[in-house]
Amino acid sequence: MVRVRLGFSRMAYGMTPGLYAMGTPTPDSPVLVTANYKLTVDVLRRELGGRDLWILVLDTANVNVWCAAGKGTFGTAELVGRVAATGLAERVTHRQLILPQLGAPGVAAHAVAKETGFRVVYGPIRAKDLPAFLDHGELATPEMRRIGFPLLDRLVLAPVELRHYLVPMLVVALVLGALPGIIQGQAGELVSAGGHGIAAALATWLGGCLLGPALLPWLPGRAFWVKGAGLGAALALLLAAAGMVQGLLPILGGVLWIGAGVSFLFMNFTGCTTFTSQSGVKAELRAVPGQIVAGLAGLALWSLDWWR
Amino acid sequence: MALRYLANVVTLQLDEAACVGCGRCAEVCPHAVFAIQDRRARIVDRDACMECGACARNCPVAAISVDAGVGCATGLLNRALGRKGDCCCSEERGNECTTTK
Repeated sequence: MVRVRLGFSRMAYGMTPGLYAMGTPTPDSPVLVTANYKLTVDVLRRELGGRDLWILVLDTANVNVWCAAGKGTFGTAELVGRVAATGLAERVTHRQLILPQLGAPGVAAHAVAKETGFRVVYGPIRAKDLPAFLDHGELATPEMRRIGFPLLDRLVLAPVELRHYLVPMLVVALVLGALPGIIQGQAGELVSAGGHGIAAALATWLGGCLLGPALLPWLPGRAFWVKGAGLGAALALLLAAAGMVQGLLPILGGVLWIGAGVSFLFMNFTGCTTFTSQSGVKAELRAVPGQIVAGLAGLALWSLDWWR
Repeated sequence: MALRYLANVVTLQLDEAACVGCGRCAEVCPHAVFAIQDRRARIVDRDACMECGACARNCPVAAISVDAGVGCATGLLNRALGRKGDCCCSEERGNECTTTK
């Protein structure tokens, strides 16, 4: 079944899988394969507007190409099945499918060729390179094949991280904000040490979820737990410089627990990056016991400030 | 600026004797780990490998092996704790990871 929708003007959030015509394609027009994630299809539509193409949309349960390829839903079986279900071989005279390069973890090109007769060509990583790719004999330059992790891509993910850790941060802020008042016999009041605790919780959260991603290339170390620990320690010293925590032991405590907190949060940013390996992250997880010990010891030292 | 992760940790292996030089691995790798030299694939930047598994999946003669997975601390911790959810692609976090993995 072919659904011809000029311009894709009325798409639902998750696109129905199938074969779509973009513009007025002929049996000779290229076939591009993508995921049924609305944002992905939107990007294709934007970058390829004005061209005549076939778009074969796979059922990835509304997940983007790279995530879906990792899970195998953007995969060989789905592609082979979708080629058959759409009767693609009768719609086009050529035998070539253009897949996004980031779909490759899920698709075995040689198996697709064997089962469908269609040859798989992996296109560029970024949709914005598709026009150049199509105009130059379907050849991708080495630059088109390499993934980076520029500032904008890192910051786009920050809101997700911030929201993910919002509740834990609020809990920590509430405890650190309320305990000093209770200890000082002013339960329910926000004493200055309590205010400083809330500021520290906020700094930890923003450090791990926003500052860390923004400063990623410049933070010393390669392991994310190291980068995060350094950033957290620096933030703790900034709080001390601002007079928010005084005395050697409470300052040391702040360095320890804020360092441990940012270290842990930033370690969890590995899943958002484009270059961390599973083996590397497994190695990083050995830092977790140390983070817990440093966090608890740091909080104990920090709390010495509450009796001032 | 090329971001570098930990050195000497990845599980990527290439059997150069089995390689037929088709070039698929170099085509699909997003980190230019492979180069084709003398009609054989070579690993030229092993530490850049993120273990996505694209090369192994697309090698027609199974000359490449890698313990493929997502380099995601949240997902690995969840798995270690017996909880569901494999990082940004999990049900909990829906489709929020849009631009990268």
